[in-house]
Amino acid sequence: MPEAKPVSHPGHGNGFEPKIVAFFCNWCTYLAADLAGTSRMKYAPNIRVIRLMCSGRLDPQFVLDAFARGADGVLIGGCHPGDCHYQEGNYKTLRRVQMLKRVLKTMGIEEERFRLEWISAAEADRLKSAVNDMVEKVRALGPLHSETPQESHLEEVKAA
Amino acid sequence: MSEPAKPKVAFYWCASCGGCEEAVVDLAEKVLDVVAAVDIVFWPVALDFKRQDVEAMPDGAILAAFVNGAIRTTEQEEMAHLLRKKSKVLVAFGACAQLGGIPGLANLSSREGIFQTVYSESPSTANTQGTLPETLYKDNGHSLSLPEFFDTVCSLDQVVDVDYYVPGCPPTPKILLQAVETLLSGKLPPKGTVLAPDHALCDECPRKDTRPEKLTLTAFKRASEVVLDQEKCLLAQGVVCLGPATRAGCEALCPRGNMPCTGCFGPSSRVRDFGAKALSAVASIIESNDEAEIERIANTIPDPVGTFYRYSLPASLLRRKKARPVRRAA
Repeated sequence: MPEAKPVSHPGHGNGFEPKIVAFFCNWCTYLAADLAGTSRMKYAPNIRVIRLMCSGRLDPQFVLDAFARGADGVLIGGCHPGDCHYQEGNYKTLRRVQMLKRVLKTMGIEEERFRLEWISAAEADRLKSAVNDMVEKVRALGPLHSETPQESHLEEVKAA
Repeated sequence: MSEPAKPKVAFYWCASCGGCEEAVVDLAEKVLDVVAAVDIVFWPVALDFKRQDVEAMPDGAILAAFVNGAIRTTEQEEMAHLLRKKSKVLVAFGACAQLGGIPGLANLSSREGIFQTVYSESPSTANTQGTLPETLYKDNGHSLSLPEFFDTVCSLDQVVDVDYYVPGCPPTPKILLQAVETLLSGKLPPKGTVLAPDHALCDECPRKDTRPEKLTLTAFKRASEVVLDQEKCLLAQGVVCLGPATRAGCEALCPRGNMPCTGCFGPSSRVRDFGAKALSAVASIIESNDEAEIERIANTIPDPVGTFYRYSLPASLLRRKKARPVRRAA
C-alpha cells in the first residue's frame, strides 16, 4: 500500500506551519473528519482535533487557553442549526462565539484565527475545504506570537 | 517590655487607587482590636516607616504582609520581593494584587501608547518640548531617579510567590477581619487559598428568588439607561450583572445598592479565566438562534473586554493585547 504523501504547500518557503486546534462535536463534525479519513481525502495536516460531545461543551476558556499556549488558530465544528444531538447546544455555542469574537478582536487576535463551522457527518468535503481554507489564511497571517504570562514578564524585567 | 512580642504585620500599596487602604480604615473601632493583637511595622499610607526599616529586619520577621495594587513599575516589583523575603505570609490584598484590577486594563495598550496619550495627546496636556519621564536625570552633579514603567501590568503572584488572596475592590472590612483572624489563629488554610466563600455571588444575593427559571434577554442595557427595580434580579432586568460568575463574600453590596455586580471578587476556585466564564454565562442567555440577531444583541454590550475583564485582564489567559512582537533581550 503506498504511503500517503504529506500535502505540500508550494510557494511558502518560510517554513511556518500554522498550529490549529480544532474542537469537533462527537455527532457531526468529528464524524465528518472520520469520513474524510476513511475516504482517504487529503487535507492540510495542521489541525489537532479535540473531540467534544457537543460544540456546546466548548468553554471559551478552551479557546483562550489554546491561543495562550501557542495555537495560531482555533476551529470549532458543530452540527448544523436545528441538528444538535442535544437540541440546542450549538445555538449556545453560536452565542458565545459571537461575543468571544469581539473579545479576541480587542485583544489583537485577527478574525481569521477563530472560526466556527457547521459540518454534518456526511460533509467530509466541506471539512476538507474549511480546514484547507483556514490553514491558508492563518499561514498568510503568520504566527500569533502569543506569550505565556511568566515568560513575557521575565523578559521585560531582564530588559529593564 | 515584659509583654511577649506581638506578631508583626505590614501593609503596602503598589499600582492601586488607595481604596484598599481605605478598607483597613473602614474597620472603624475594630481596627483597635487589630492593633491590640498585632504590631504594624510598615504602612506607608499611615505610618512613618521607611523602606530601610523593612530592609533592616531579619528575613521572615513579619508574620504577614498585606500588599494591595498591581505591579506596574520596577519599584513596586522590588518592594514585592522585599516584603516576600521579610514575611512568613504574603497576602495579595484586593482585586489589583489578586488579578491585576482596573490598572490592568492598561494591558490593552502599551507603554509607548500610554506615554503618548498622557504626556502629549490628551487635550489638557501642554508639553511642547515633548518631555517624557526618564529613569535617571542628572543636573549639576545631582541625580534623580524614577522607577522603570513596565509595558505590561502584572498581578502580584506573577512577580512573587503569594500565599493567600483577599478579593474585592476593595475587600470589605468583614472579609479583611476574617483574614486577619484566620492568620492569627495559626490554623492556616492551604497555600493559594482565596480567603472568601467559594460559591457564586447569586447565592447570597437578596434578589436571588426573583431570578426566573429560564432567563433570556433581547438586549443588554447599562444601569444608567434604565430605572431599575429595587427587588428584581438585575440580570433579568437586562443589565449585565456578573453575579453568576463572581465569588461571593461581599454580601451582594452592589445589588443591595441597586447596582449590578461588576465582578470585583473574581472567580471561584474552579475557574481559570474569569472573563471567559462571565462572557459564557452572559452570552448564553441571548434570546435568539439567528446569527445576525445574536450579533445585534451581543453588540448592545459596547465593550466586552472592559465588561468581563474589568478586574482581571493581567491574570487572564491572554493577559494583554497582542500589539507588539515579543521583546527579546539582546
